[in-house]
Amino acid sequence: MNLARTMHTTAFRMALIYLVLFGVSVFVLLGFIYWWTAGITAIQTDDTIDAEITGLSEQYRAGGVTGLATIVRERSRNERQSLYLLINPRRTALAGNLNGWPDVTTQEGGWLDFPYQRPIGGKVETHQARGRHLLLGQGYQLLVGRDTHERLRIEKIMRRSLTWAVVLTLGLGLIGGLMMSRNFLRRIEAINRTSRDIMAGDLHQRVPVSGGGDELDRLADNLNDMLEQIERLVLGMRQVTENIAHDLRSPLNRLRSRLEVTLMGEASENDYRDALQQTIDEASDLLDTFNALLNIAQAESGQLEADSKDFNLSALVRNLAELYEPVAEEKSMTLTSDVAPGITVYGNKHLMSQALANLLDNAVKYTPEGGNLTFILRNSNNRPELIVADSGPGISAEDRERVLDRFVRLEASRASPGSGLGLSLVRAVAQLHCADIELDDNLPGLKVVLRFEEQEMQQA
Amino acid sequence: MRILVIEDDKEAAGYMLKGLGESGHVADHATDGEDGLAMASDGGYDVLIVDRMLPKLDGLTVVERLRAEGHQEPILFLSALGDVDDRVKGLKAGGDDYLVKPYAFTELLARIEALVRRRNPAEVETSFKVADLEVDLLSRRVTRGGTEIQLQPREFRLLEYLMRHAGQIVTRTMLLENVWDYHFDPQTNVIDVHISRLRTKIDKGFDTALLQTVRGAGYCLREPG
Repeated sequence: MNLARTMHTTAFRMALIYLVLFGVSVFVLLGFIYWWTAGITAIQTDDTIDAEITGLSEQYRAGGVTGLATIVRERSRNERQSLYLLINPRRTALAGNLNGWPDVTTQEGGWLDFPYQRPIGGKVETHQARGRHLLLGQGYQLLVGRDTHERLRIEKIMRRSLTWAVVLTLGLGLIGGLMMSRNFLRRIEAINRTSRDIMAGDLHQRVPVSGGGDELDRLADNLNDMLEQIERLVLGMRQVTENIAHDLRSPLNRLRSRLEVTLMGEASENDYRDALQQTIDEASDLLDTFNALLNIAQAESGQLEADSKDFNLSALVRNLAELYEPVAEEKSMTLTSDVAPGITVYGNKHLMSQALANLLDNAVKYTPEGGNLTFILRNSNNRPELIVADSGPGISAEDRERVLDRFVRLEASRASPGSGLGLSLVRAVAQLHCADIELDDNLPGLKVVLRFEEQEMQQA
Repeated sequence: MRILVIEDDKEAAGYMLKGLGESGHVADHATDGEDGLAMASDGGYDVLIVDRMLPKLDGLTVVERLRAEGHQEPILFLSALGDVDDRVKGLKAGGDDYLVKPYAFTELLARIEALVRRRNPAEVETSFKVADLEVDLLSRRVTRGGTEIQLQPREFRLLEYLMRHAGQIVTRTMLLENVWDYHFDPQTNVIDVHISRLRTKIDKGFDTALLQTVRGAGYCLREPG
C-alpha cells in the first residue's frame, strides 16, 4: 500500500475535497477577523486625529496663531504618539515635533500617510504615521498625526499568525485524510484479497467483518451471504455431477454391455427383440433418473420466480389424494385424507405436485398390503402443515437425515424400483418453498411433515 | 396423413421419418426454420412437427408466422426445453401440443393422431358412441347397452377423453396431462389403476371389452374387430 495508491482512493479524494472546502472556510473566517480588527484600529486612529484637530482649531479661533503655537509646543513636549507641525506661509516650522512637512501628496479630506524620523534613545528610526492637515488661513497650516508603527506591527503579526493557522489547518486535514483513506484502503484490500483467494478456488474464504456495523461491514456481510449462496450452488452442482457419474454410469455401462454381447453371439430375431426392448426400458429408467436430477437441481438453485404464483394447496392435495386413492385401494390399503380448505401458498405448483407425488409413491410402495396411509393438510398456528404418513416399516432414527440425500436407498428398499431421488426432490422443493421438512416415527411407519411459513389466510 | 417434420438433427429426423412411414404416414423433412416455413406455407400437410431450436429461424417464429399467414394445421412442438414455462410459450405461439425430448416414439405418434382428430370435429360434439357405449356430455349420462353406468366425476372425464380419441392410442402421459393436468411421471402405476377401475365399470359383465391396453404404448377405446 503506497502513497500513490492511497491518493487514488475514493476516501482520499473525498478527504481532499473536504479539506479544500474546510480550508476555504477557515481562510474566509480568519480573513474576516483580520479585516475587522485592522479596520477598527485604523478608524480609532482617524477618530483620535479628528478629535485633536477639532480641539486645536478651537484654540486657533480663540488665541490665533500665537495661541495655537503655544498649545502645540506644549503638547509636543508631552505626547509620544501624537505628531504636530505648525508652519507659516513661508513653510517654516513654528511649533511641533516633526522636523519638516512630509513630502507626500495629500489625499481626499486632507489625509496623508507619511514616513518620519523618530529619535528613540539616541537612535533615529523611520516610522510610519498618519495625519491630517488643516489650512488655518493667511498661509498658516497645521498637521496633526499619529505614529502607526505599532499598529502596523500588530497587523503584520496578525497576518502572519492567521496565515500559519490556515497552513496548519490544511496540513493537519491532509494528514487526517491520508490516515482515514489508508484505513479505508486497508479494509478494501482485505476484501480484495478474499476475492482473489476465492477466484483462485478457495470457496470457503469469507470477507473479514470488523464488527463496527458500518457501511463496509454491511458490504462485507452481503458479500459473505452471496459467497455462502454461491458455495452452496457450486457444491450442489458438484454433487449433481458426482451423482450423475455414480448413478448414470453403471446403468449406461450395463446397457452398452448388453448390446455388445447381443451382437457377439448367434442370436435369433426374438433375442434381438428382447435385447432391444430391455434397452428401451433401461433408457426410460435412465431418463427418469436424469429428469429427477434436473428437477432437484432446478428446485435447489432457488429459482422460484420463473414459474411461481400463489396456488391453492388444498386443491392440489385433494386432487393428489384422489389420484392415489385407487392405487392404495388396489393394495388393500386405506388412504385417509383430511384437507383443510382454502390454504394457499406461493411457489411452483408443478414442482410441489411432483414432490407430494413422490411421497405418496413411497408410501404406497413401502407399506404392506392392508396398511393405512394418511394424507393431511391443516393449519397449525397459521402455518400450513402437510403430513404424509404410512404404516410401513418406517425409517430408523439414524437413517432419517441420510435418506434425504441423493441416491440414498436403504437396504430394505433395494428390491423395489426407484432411483433414490424421490426424497431428495421433496427436500429441495420444501426448501424452495421455505418449508421445514421433518421425518418422524408414525408408530409404526413413516411420517413426513412439511411445515410451511405463515401464510396470509385467504378465503377459499 | 401428410406430415412435415422441421428438425435440424438429421439423424433424429431420419428415425422419425422412418417410424412415421412405417405407421402409414407420408412425411417430409425440412432442416431449418426458413425451409420449414416455406414448405409449410405451400400447405397440404395434415400436421406439422416443429423443433423449438432451429437454425436460421427458430421454431416459435416459424409457428407464429404460419399462424399469422392464416395456416390452421395442427402443430406439435418438440423441444429439449421442458419447463412448464417453455411449454406455455410454445402453446401461446400457436402450437397445439408440446412434447419434451427425449420422448417415446409411440407417444409422438399417439399425440399427432390425437391432434389431427381434434382439429376435424364435424361439429361441437355433445355425445359420443363406441359400439353400445354412449356418453352424453350435457346430461353427463353414461350408458352401455341401455344400462346406465354411475361414474365419479374424474372417471367421467377420463372416459370423455378416451371417447374423444376413440380408436386412437392414448398414452399414460397424455391422460395425466389432459385429465389431471399433471406434468410429471409418477413412479407407481396410478393411471393403470384408474383405467382398470373405469374398465370394471364399463366393460365388466359385457361380452366385448372396449377399453384395451396397448402393450408398450397406452390404451385404446374401440370396438374390437
